This record gives sequence, C-alpha cells and structure tokens, in this order.
Amino acid sequence: MIANRRNQIIAQVFLIVLAILWLVPMIGMVMASFRPFSDTASNGFFSWPSSLTMDNFQNAWERGDMTQHWIVTFIVVIPAVILVLFLSSMVAFVVSRYSWKYNIALLILFTAGNLLPPQAIIQPLFQMYNRIPFPEIPILAESGELRGSLVGLILIHVAFQSGFCTFVLSNYMKTLPKELNEAAAVDGASVWRQYWQIVLPLTRPALGALATLQFAWIYNDYFWAVVLIQDGDLLPITSSLRNLSGEFFTDDNLVAAGSLIVVMPTIIIYLALRRQFIAGLSVGASKG
Amino acid sequence: MAGIPSALHIGFVWLPAIFTLYLSFTNWNGFRLSGIDWVGFRNYRQLFTVFEKDLYEAFLNNTWVLVFLFLVATPLGMFLAYLLDKNLKGTPIYQSVFYFPVVLSLAVVGFIWKSVIYSPRQGLLNTALGRTDEGNQIDWLGDPDFVISVTSDYGLSKNFLALIVPMIWRHAGYIMVLYLAGLKSVDPALKEAAAIDGCNEWQAFRRVTFPSLKPVNVVIIVITVIEALRIFDIIDVLNNPIGTDVLSILVTESILGESGNVGRGSAYGVILLLLCLLFVVWYLRSTFREEDAA
Repeated sequence: MIANRRNQIIAQVFLIVLAILWLVPMIGMVMASFRPFSDTASNGFFSWPSSLTMDNFQNAWERGDMTQHWIVTFIVVIPAVILVLFLSSMVAFVVSRYSWKYNIALLILFTAGNLLPPQAIIQPLFQMYNRIPFPEIPILAESGELRGSLVGLILIHVAFQSGFCTFVLSNYMKTLPKELNEAAAVDGASVWRQYWQIVLPLTRPALGALATLQFAWIYNDYFWAVVLIQDGDLLPITSSLRNLSGEFFTDDNLVAAGSLIVVMPTIIIYLALRRQFIAGLSVGASKG
Repeated sequence: MAGIPSALHIGFVWLPAIFTLYLSFTNWNGFRLSGIDWVGFRNYRQLFTVFEKDLYEAFLNNTWVLVFLFLVATPLGMFLAYLLDKNLKGTPIYQSVFYFPVVLSLAVVGFIWKSVIYSPRQGLLNTALGRTDEGNQIDWLGDPDFVISVTSDYGLSKNFLALIVPMIWRHAGYIMVLYLAGLKSVDPALKEAAAIDGCNEWQAFRRVTFPSLKPVNVVIIVITVIEALRIFDIIDVLNNPIGTDVLSILVTESILGESGNVGRGSAYGVILLLLCLLFVVWYLRSTFREEDAA
C-alpha cells in the first residue's frame, strides 16, 4: 500500500512536470503576442512586461490581410465538411447494409486512399487541375479551371478525406442491426428512405465526432492549398501563413500574435468538444 | 449511391497515383501534353546518380523523423496512456493538455516554435541559456552542421533535429489518445488474473496487456510511418532551411520552385508511394483478414 502511494506521487510529479513543459510553447505564444517586440528584445523573454499591447494582433491582422483569408476559410471548410460526411455516409451505407461482391474491395480502396501521402499524387493532380475547365463563379471559381479555384480545393478535400470517413462510418453502421432495414423494406421504404430516415439518424454520434475532426483537419490543411491555389489572396487562413513567412521575419511577437489568431478557432472548438475529438480518433483506430 | 463518391475518390486519388507511376518514366516540362516523352528508367537512373545527394539526404531525414517518433514519441505516448488509464487525480486535465498540440496544424506549430522557442534574439531557449547577445546567439533553425553523422556527407543536421522536437511534441498526444482507447477496451479480468498469478506491473503489461492490443499497435505503427513520410508543412512554412529536405519537399520542388521537371518530381513521388504502400498493404491485410474471420 505504501509502495502504491509512493508510485502515485511519482506518477503525479512526472505528469505535472511534463504537462507544464507541454504547455510552454502555448504560454510563450500568448505572452509574446501581448508585448511589443522592443520590450522582449531588450529586456529578455522572462522579464516583467513593461507594457501590454494589442498592437501585435492588429498588425498581424492587417498585414496578413486576415479578413479576406477568414472569409475564404469558411467558404472552403464548411461545404467540404458537409459534403465529405454526406458522400461518405452514402458509401458506408451501401457497403455495410448490402452484401455486394465488391464491398470489401471498395472499402479497401477508400481506406488505403486516405493513407497515401498527398505528395505522392500531387504531380499528376496538379497537371489535371491545370486542364479541367470550370465555369467562372465569383469567389468560388475565378480562374476558369480547377486549379486556383476554391471549388477545386473543396473537391480534393472531399475526395481525400472521404477515405477515412467511409472507413469509420461503415464500421459504425455495421453495428446497427440488419433487421432495421429488412423491416423497413417490408414496409415499403425505398433504399433512399432507409438511408436518410433510418440509418443516418442512428449514425449521429459518429457523424458528430467526424464533423469535429474533419473541421480541424480541413481547417489545418496547408499542403493542398499551397500547391493547388497558389494565388496568395485565395489561400485559407492556415496556408496564408506562408505569405507572412517573409514579411514577419523580423518580429517574433508579431508571428506569435498571428499564430494565436489562427489557432483560436481550433482551440475554442477543442475546449468545447474535446470528447467528440477524441471519440472521432479512437472510433477510427479501434474499428468500431 | 456509392457511385458518385467512389468516382470522386478514385478519380482524384487513385488515378493520379497511377499517373505518378506513368509520368515517372517520362520527360516532361508540364506544358503541352504532346511534349510527354517516354524515357524508360532515365529519371530513376538520374536520381541514383546525379541527384544522389538530394535523394539520400531526404530519405535519411524521413528516416530520422521515423526513428524519433518511434523511439521517443510513441513510447512516451504509450506510457502517458498507461498512467492515465489508472484514473489518477487530474486525468482529464492531463489528457487535454497532452492531446492539445494534436489539434493544431503543423504549419502553425512551426511558426509557434520558431517565434517562441527558437528565435535567436529572444526565444525561450536562448534566453534560458543566456545566449541572446549579438554574436553569442545560437541559430537553432539555421545550423546545418551534423549532430550525428553517418558518413562525412550524411547525418542528422542540428536544424533538422530542432524541427523534429515539435513533431514529437505533437505526435506523443496522438499516440496517447489512440492507446488510451485501446487500454480501455482490455478486459480488466485479464489484468487481475495476471496479478493473482504473481506478475509485477511491468510483466503484466508486457505479457498480457500489450499483446492483447495488437490491432491498436498495428494502427500506431502505420500512423507513425505515414506521418514520417508525409512530413511537409512545418518545413515548407519555415522556408526549408539547408539540411532539412525530405522526400515530400523534393516531389513538390518542381511545382513550387522554378525548374519544372514533372518526370523527376514523379519519380520522387513513386518512391514515396512505394514506401507508403508497403505499410498500407500490411495494415490492410491485418485489418481485413480479421474482418473475414469475424
């Protein structure tokens, strides 16, 4: 018993020290972003702040043209999350509710597709995007082709992420009793109604967890946007950091403030929906 | 119903994957489709001769990431999961703290570490070491000298190691959450039986808990390998300092940079693809075989 208590204390000390270490970059970011560069540069990072200021945030916002990039972000992320869940749930429904000879093959294709490194397919994808014309729609598609258009960006997110979502959702749907569909079919419900009115509502917990996770992943995307958009004004907020990389070079506190603004939505959603986040990941890993 | 989503997934993911293979055997500047020349293995021959240094350096760097994620981040994440599984006081708070970096994008993580930790003039590290004065500063992200050298030309550069640290910071929490979910699913009766049979904690973990977590272990191996192969954002956002090339950077160089050799870029892509598929196939076999058995 005594050994047990001693072990518990050791474990607690270890966890506390590590937790503090883990938070250092975040705390440092918050501290730096409220102080003028001249203050930290001349007095050192650990000094008592001589003044606190919101200037860094204002500067980062203006120089990073963040109003524009926030608008772009939501135009991309919201439709992408909705579309990916809608399309993946349809595939998952078919794969998990009907015994069709290509079910496993399809599921393997989706699962493996999501695991490929994006860079391994980018060369041909980039060339494809250069050549697929797309009618001009204000903001959504102004370049006349998929490349450089937000539609193109949404499409690749949906195509790529549908691998993971299909895998998770089909595992979840397999746990729902088959009799549900059989009963509905006997009562004359069409396949669409079985999907939309019976299976989908029961899948809500998995959809919620995935929506949170997908929001974070698509919001956090850097690679697809940098390569497929390239036009600096049309980059979503995370990838627009690339523009700032040179401009912010000299002022670390400005960089910290800019980073803090960008991570804010994920932090808020994480704190509010922590359980959903963790559920989404573990559902995928322990396969339902 | 499955048609449109499947077409989208296959058309935008698998079709390009196949075309990467095709283009890697060609010489093309990316302009006119008629300009695609079949050159056989020429790109690969060049990769292993003219561009040998680039390729090996990048491959080695990917390997370093993998080594550190496996030897540091993964055991740490597993150990944290093991501790938190005991429901110590404060477990939800610890869990939130360690998982927190996982929800951030690696691009932003790069910015945060660059400005807060590694800044030569006022970063936390140099401040703590008292090295912030002009001429005395340590340039953490700008020093390509080797910490570990494999040969005189290849090794682990200091600045790449500096980039690996935030990767570990982010990966450990990921592993922790995955492993914790696995641990929760282990039948407590197993552990009790082991205790009655006189196992100490370490023996019980090694002989009972760990083997029963095989599916989670497989997932962790695959996720870690893929993470190591995919690494890109944090390097690109910090302007790819000398000594920090990885395979994914070489693939995209011809798109984002000036020289546009689609064939060579694709050959790098194929190498990445093959390395990744090796593990994906292994993972799929272990996952879907169980499925058949069930």
